[in-house]
Amino acid sequence: MSTSEESLITTEVSSERTGRSDRPDATVLAARDLDVYYGDDRALASVDVEIPEHKVTAIIGPSGCGKSTFLRCINRMNDQIAVCRVDGDLSFHGKNVYDDDVDPVALRRRVGMVFQKPNPFPKSIYDNVAYGLKIQGFDGDMDARVEEALRGAALWGEVKDQLDSSGLDLSGGQQQRLCIARAIAPDPEVILMDEPTSALDPVAASKIEDLIDELAEQYTVVIVTHNMQQAARISDKTAVFLTGGKLVEFDDTAKVFENPDEPRVEEYITGKFG
Amino acid sequence: MSDSPDSKRRADGGTATERTRGEELFADIDLRREHLKNRAFLGLIFAASMFGVVALALLLLDVVTDFYVGLTEFEISLVQFLTADGSRRPERAGFFGAIIASVMLMALTAVLSFFVGVGAAIYLEEYAPNNRITRLIKANLSNLAGVPSIVYGLLVLAALVNGIGVGPILLAGSVALALLVMPIIIVSAQEAIRAVPDGVRNGSYATGATKWQTIRQVVLPSAMPGILTGTILALARAIGETAPLLMIGALFVNRTPFGPFDRFSGMPTQIYAWAAEPSQHFIHLAAVGIVVLLTILLSMNAVAVYLRNKYETAV
Repeated sequence: MSTSEESLITTEVSSERTGRSDRPDATVLAARDLDVYYGDDRALASVDVEIPEHKVTAIIGPSGCGKSTFLRCINRMNDQIAVCRVDGDLSFHGKNVYDDDVDPVALRRRVGMVFQKPNPFPKSIYDNVAYGLKIQGFDGDMDARVEEALRGAALWGEVKDQLDSSGLDLSGGQQQRLCIARAIAPDPEVILMDEPTSALDPVAASKIEDLIDELAEQYTVVIVTHNMQQAARISDKTAVFLTGGKLVEFDDTAKVFENPDEPRVEEYITGKFG
Repeated sequence: MSDSPDSKRRADGGTATERTRGEELFADIDLRREHLKNRAFLGLIFAASMFGVVALALLLLDVVTDFYVGLTEFEISLVQFLTADGSRRPERAGFFGAIIASVMLMALTAVLSFFVGVGAAIYLEEYAPNNRITRLIKANLSNLAGVPSIVYGLLVLAALVNGIGVGPILLAGSVALALLVMPIIIVSAQEAIRAVPDGVRNGSYATGATKWQTIRQVVLPSAMPGILTGTILALARAIGETAPLLMIGALFVNRTPFGPFDRFSGMPTQIYAWAAEPSQHFIHLAAVGIVVLLTILLSMNAVAVYLRNKYETAV
């Protein structure tokens, strides 16, 4: 952990951020009365949530409850879906990301994302990691940044001798860590993860879980997961969505899992439904 | 049959009497006619599938025989054939001018059709909204692909050769061929672009790439082998096209063209001109020309197949 952390805080932006993390529970992302519709179907119903900085926030809930929809709202990946409509307020550092003067491309440079299925580009490992920096016109020491990102994703040791081989030649777990390296290389503030371990075997999944813990030192992590044990293990805050796109409980993870306010949440967590 | 107790018994080393008993057991079921029908139909469809192969083999045999006779009886020298220009005198005629003309035609056709074709494919796959105009464009692409090649020749004859008055020059020929193969290039490029997984696109967008960056850096590199394969196959189609070139009047030229504004006669038109001659010598020159043209054509197809096999596992 120490090596990756040292190398990461050498960059200017990160050191700035370490200073900010001293503030207790500063809110990075806040949703107020957020509604999302796919055509006529309501996927999210007046969601209110405040996501704290440098913490891991887990989003759990049964299938089709709108977890992924919420996650994809944060970096406006839902813009890709023509029938998707967003109402209400979703602010990043106090600015509504759905305002007309917010460019989704700029937003996504501050809010990275890791997907359910590892999706490395059909390029070399090096080019995969360098991609974000390259498209942003970064002209500094690319080799150093690629190494930093790969170390940050706990992949450097395994791939440092094969940086030129294709990212697709790696195993599933390695590919997912490559995608994490790709997401953190441009040094975003927030990393969104959409069920990042559900396509992986248990060993690879536990590596990613350890990694998420380390990432929270530098980044604000929001993770959607189907796996309640995983949410309990790795998150500081937990949001529980239930059917109908309603956020029914949002609190410290320990509180949600041990003593939830909502009886329906307790039923869900103890496996009575969902 | 193999699961029946009868066959099991046979596997255990059953005797002939036991086998007869099995046949007696099913004596009331007569399948001979059905099995006969099976075999007859199999023979029929196998013959159908062999038809194309046999036709091609016969064609090749015919051409190769003429090629051989041309080389021996008419003493056509391959070296002279490949290095001399066309001529009115068969013993001095060569294919060099036609080969050069065809190569230049292909190069110009590739330049003219590739960028427009790939551009149209990118627009249709990545940008076009799903509305009536887009559907109209897509439907008309298939129509365009079905237009007889001579019509393109007619169009270029009317618009360029006579309309603007450029005459039967190489550029006019490549415009006709480019129009002819463009729908093929667009459709194959569309397929290649569609085959790029959406997950990869999303990965790029989520990293903060713009639409064009995503297309340029991720989609096009992944789709390029497919696009190139389609383009080579389209050009292989164009190199053998005779009708549009005849239509614009690219015939009876024996000189090697020096540039896109020269008059020319490509390989297929030269073969056509020779084959129409009464002299047997010319007809065998045509056979040698066909062998050269087929060799180039099959090599282009081989390159396309090689590219496809090399990259289809990589993406």
